[in-house]
Amino acid sequence: MLEIKDIQVKIGEREVLRDINLHIKEGETHVLMGPNGSGKTTLLRTIMGFAGLEVTSGQILFKGKDVTHMPIHERAKLGMGMLFQRPPTIAGLKLGKLLAVTSGERAGMVSEYTRYLHMDNFMDRAINLGFSGGEIKRSEVLQLMVQQPDFVMLDEPESGVDLENITLIGNAIARLLEKDVHIVNRKKSGLVITHTGYILDYLDADFGHVMCDGVFRCHGNPREILRVIKTSGYKECLACQKI
Amino acid sequence: MPEDIEQMADLSPAEQERLTQTGLEVEMKNRSGSFFQVDQEIRQVASLEKGIEVLSIRDALQKYDWLEEFSWKLVPKDKDKYTKYVADQPDPRGFVIIARKGSRTVYPLQTCLFLAKTSVQHVHNIIIAEEGAELHLISGCASASYTKTGSHIGVSEFYVGKGARITSTMIHNWGEEISVFPRSATKIEENGVFLSNYVCMQPVRKIQMSPFADLAGKNSVARFSSIVVCTPGSFMDLGSVARLSSEGATAELLTRAITTGGTIISRGMIEGTTGHTRGHIECKGLILRDGTIHAIPEIKGDVVDTELSHEAAVGKIARDEIEYLMSRGLDEDVATSTIIRGFLDVKIAGLPQSLQNQIDAAIDSAEKSGF
Repeated sequence: MLEIKDIQVKIGEREVLRDINLHIKEGETHVLMGPNGSGKTTLLRTIMGFAGLEVTSGQILFKGKDVTHMPIHERAKLGMGMLFQRPPTIAGLKLGKLLAVTSGERAGMVSEYTRYLHMDNFMDRAINLGFSGGEIKRSEVLQLMVQQPDFVMLDEPESGVDLENITLIGNAIARLLEKDVHIVNRKKSGLVITHTGYILDYLDADFGHVMCDGVFRCHGNPREILRVIKTSGYKECLACQKI
Repeated sequence: MPEDIEQMADLSPAEQERLTQTGLEVEMKNRSGSFFQVDQEIRQVASLEKGIEVLSIRDALQKYDWLEEFSWKLVPKDKDKYTKYVADQPDPRGFVIIARKGSRTVYPLQTCLFLAKTSVQHVHNIIIAEEGAELHLISGCASASYTKTGSHIGVSEFYVGKGARITSTMIHNWGEEISVFPRSATKIEENGVFLSNYVCMQPVRKIQMSPFADLAGKNSVARFSSIVVCTPGSFMDLGSVARLSSEGATAELLTRAITTGGTIISRGMIEGTTGHTRGHIECKGLILRDGTIHAIPEIKGDVVDTELSHEAAVGKIARDEIEYLMSRGLDEDVATSTIIRGFLDVKIAGLPQSLQNQIDAAIDSAEKSGF
């Protein structure tokens, strides 16, 4: 699904990611952990193709195509999608209008997804304007359900969300990633940033990665990595010489 | 312009389309009355609802002596050279609309001022909503497709009686070399409400106006909303002024301005002269291509307990907003126009849905042509 080959990324003159290699196969969900400012969101934004991030070497392959320098919307059309940790507020643009523009052939599903995420009363509201933390995340998941990407990047889906909402959001993301489909037939893949690991209760992730200072410091079982971080913090990862 | 044009439906399809873009119903469906003036010729005066009277100003002044008390009382004749020009006309044109006490229009009343071949079109209008009356106006002002130059000078005086409500929605569709100078003023009595909406999405050489509202009655309300797109070569000097001169009065001046190369001066002035009053000015401007938006919000408080505020922002569309929509699969052009459409999407509280639809349609039409 996604193969990142040895990319280096700069913001202006500053190198922010280096020696990044990652292979996410069809049906797999990977988890990305690391301290604040380590480069996790930058990696997701690089994969999506946001401006200001320059890939100076290496390659990003998606479904076998080189998307390293492809515009954002073409990556989205190929099947990438992203849940933003802090999406922008767009004054005047109603959530319902955006869903109408993006839904295309899935227009008939919008009302079902809207009900499922309890967003019926938000269709006439400007995107993210005055939304609570949980409402922002529900809006993000709703947009992704309408988009139905094959590869979903989730940037801290549980941050700012109360316990009641996390169940709803966790189940919706599990649905997005086809966790109800047998692994042999599962087509959807994901890359999830989490600090708390709460979202893992719903996602049953396959691989975990730890990023510190713009490089990967560990790859392995996500539950095991999370246990170590919870017990010893990231200093254990920084001291680890395994990779 | 053929002489046998007696109503809007007699115009050519092209001219009818230009009027439709200003929100007018050529067939008069769902309208409570109509006034239609081509150049200086009044072609149609009709009132279809009980309690609403529509007259030419000449007929009205002959019919009602008392109307003199309402003529040139809010807009001074010598305010500027344009008002003086209109006041000096021996045979005035324009309309008088009277909504009698307690009357309520189900459908809006439409007025159409159409500039075809005269060099200067001038009108003097008086609109009166008596106590408890409710009147909704839609004014479509346009020039013929073949009219390249000309000027329109319109003086309007609005009187909102006790507990009355007037909404006035004006959509302009002029030509690139047409200059327009509306001059209007409104007096609002106790518990009266005045909503004034102005939309101009099409090229014009120059528009200059600054309607004034005196909130003279307790708990009176005025809300001015302007939604404009200024194309290269256009100059729009738009403003509105509200004086909060009675307890409980509230005013709001709202502007959404986009330049694609023209110049917009967006003025706003609220003066609180009495306590327990509130006013707010909001001006948001987007510069899509090099042009000028000059926002000049002014607030002046003269007494304790008047609350006045303003906010103004001028800039470009934020890159992160465009990229956010691109990540949902929209290309850059569609993402940009979707954001612009949202920026202009002002829902005006208290405006009948049919008139809100007309405003939305005028903006949709501009969106289709790529602003």
